[in-house]
Amino acid sequence: MRNPQLNQDGELQHLLSTEGLPARIMRDILDKAATFLDGSDQPEIRKVPLLHGKSVFNIFFENSTRTRTTFEIAAKRLSADVVNLNIGSSSTSKGETLLDTVDNLCAMHADMFVVRHSQSGAAHLIARHVAPEIHVINAGDGRHAHPTQALLDMFTIRHYKKEFHNLRVAIVGDVLHSRVARSQIHALTTLGVPEVRVIAPKTLLPTMVENLGVHVYHDMAKGLRDVDVILMLRLQNERMQGALLPSAQEYFKHYGLTEEKLSYAKPDAIVMHPGPMNRGVEIDSAVADGPNSVILSQVTFGIAVRMAVMSTLAGGR
Amino acid sequence: MNIHIKNGRVIDPKNQLDAVRDVFIAAGKIAAIGNAPEGFVASQTLDATGLVVIPGLIDLSARLREPGNEYMATLESEMSAAVAGGVTSLSCPPDTDPPLDEPGLVEMLKYRAKNLHQARVYPIGALTTGLKGQELTEMAELVDAGCVAFSQANAPLTDTRVLLRAMQYAATFDFPLWLHPQDYFLSKNGVAHDGEVATRCGLAAIPVCAETIALATMLTLMRETGARLHIGRISSAAGVEMIRAAKREGLPLTCDMSINHLHLSEMDIGFFDSNCHLIPPLRSLRDRDALRAGLLDGTIDAICSNHSPVDEDAKQLPFAESEAGATGLELLLPMVLKWANQVSLPLSDAISKATLQPARILGLDAGHLSVGASADLCIFNPEADWEIKPAALKSQGKNTPFNGMNVQGKVCFTLVEGLVVYQI
Repeated sequence: MRNPQLNQDGELQHLLSTEGLPARIMRDILDKAATFLDGSDQPEIRKVPLLHGKSVFNIFFENSTRTRTTFEIAAKRLSADVVNLNIGSSSTSKGETLLDTVDNLCAMHADMFVVRHSQSGAAHLIARHVAPEIHVINAGDGRHAHPTQALLDMFTIRHYKKEFHNLRVAIVGDVLHSRVARSQIHALTTLGVPEVRVIAPKTLLPTMVENLGVHVYHDMAKGLRDVDVILMLRLQNERMQGALLPSAQEYFKHYGLTEEKLSYAKPDAIVMHPGPMNRGVEIDSAVADGPNSVILSQVTFGIAVRMAVMSTLAGGR
Repeated sequence: MNIHIKNGRVIDPKNQLDAVRDVFIAAGKIAAIGNAPEGFVASQTLDATGLVVIPGLIDLSARLREPGNEYMATLESEMSAAVAGGVTSLSCPPDTDPPLDEPGLVEMLKYRAKNLHQARVYPIGALTTGLKGQELTEMAELVDAGCVAFSQANAPLTDTRVLLRAMQYAATFDFPLWLHPQDYFLSKNGVAHDGEVATRCGLAAIPVCAETIALATMLTLMRETGARLHIGRISSAAGVEMIRAAKREGLPLTCDMSINHLHLSEMDIGFFDSNCHLIPPLRSLRDRDALRAGLLDGTIDAICSNHSPVDEDAKQLPFAESEAGATGLELLLPMVLKWANQVSLPLSDAISKATLQPARILGLDAGHLSVGASADLCIFNPEADWEIKPAALKSQGKNTPFNGMNVQGKVCFTLVEGLVVYQI
């Protein structure tokens, strides 16, 4: 079975997942992202003409203002024409299938699709369907993958920690429902992080998660001990239904990142979060706004990383 | 019409025959095997040199989609698929629209099928009205109309008291119940086996305990009521082990599995291949190996196609939104042969799983080539290599996880009641 995101020459054709994405391609994307920045923690991003004359369609079947906006900014900084479509869940009620929608947009001469969908595998389906000159970027599909988020997280880690091969990284929270966590795990293991941990109650961990190459912890004091990087996950309110968790309060008590729990990690550990944060549920404000937090840098770096992904796909070097 | 089938390798598991013989058919029945009966004059001769002659296949689960879902498949399309696959008898689950819960519907289906003069159809009646899991159907009436057993198909029956009553009532008249063990709550919204692949792909999962818990309930109620049970589409190692123990205990239990679970596992989902969206889900390789072992030692009595044609558009969707099901009638024989070849099983033993054994489960005097038996036969070329190409299938359902696979064994003739109903 050929890796659906690489072309026959082994180059990136689509960005669908960090699973099966070669380390060399990841590193190239991170290196390219760095060229769009000036090296500081809150850098300016220059506008470049790499995607001049290209059309980028942001098709969001699931609403996400933040992710869509960062893709839009990234595409505009690359001088692309950007079209935003918030399709939400209404398209299916109008009777149009996902692939019909895609066919219509292809007929409008799209060069690149940025796709967000509530179902795992939606971006793969679209990538299989479109003509070979069209590129698909997965901006989040169900619980499956969110590769640009993971890549911007890798960029942030490299920015602060320089290397991957000597790190201990903990991912905390709702791994079961998280596409971010899955993509982070594949990216971290591919880039050579020797120890990746996940910390969560058993109800929020998928079966055989250890087969993804992670160590499982249920206790924050043990799981955070001596880690260099803490990747927090968002906990959605609906998890309180369906008997996954009793209450947000109890979750915060055991798994919310407070200054006390942060103290188990290395003193220079960085704290990251893909946003939007639930303060007081998965993270305490004192930590989110504290000296270890690099959450706002993630957002800035995210634009540069998405520019790097788009220009890599478009062949702009 | 007298037919002389010449020089074929005749395999008849019941009569332990596997040798090159001539078969003589008269008045729709097997008249003789070996030498022609006295005065036999053939009106048609089929040269079976190099071919294998077996009892027609009997498929325990083939959805014909009529009534109600003709956009997926029609009786015409699926009955021609059946005979093209060498299937001469099939039973169809009651999950049509409306469900087979009234004698009139069953009579109509049987009548329409009979008029097509192809495979024989044995409908499974709905166990509860509308398959809603609340009220019992008129089982005796349905049996009079032609139902051979009762089932909920894949519809949930969450109320255990209703299941108890249904089994008590069925046991009163010795009607068999065909049940699919899948706990409603544990499988709700799930689309893949709760294992490595669902974890990687982020697909909502169905744990093995969805099967074992439902099975434990069924077996407990079976002991309680004395009902006869056939367990359809077992999928897990733990499930097979429970069936094995129940059989050892002496419970009157039979069990089948699908060709999909015989050859595939969760790994075949790959990059979200919706052809592998099936009910029950494809489980781990370990489960598949246990299913194969269960089939060999007789814990699992029969193999069925679990033919479930779906509309092609319904598969062109993200995995979880796609419709579950795959076409199978035309793949049953090659998949049984492939298995036999893989595990070096004598052809006769393998073929028994899709002929004699399902006939026993259905309570039919069929699936064998004894003199006097109805001449339902499948004649196939065991050497013919072919690639499974959806467009070439007769079934209206074109979706199969075996798409593109090379298989051996091609049906050349199918006979039902002594008439050639399919010829390549």
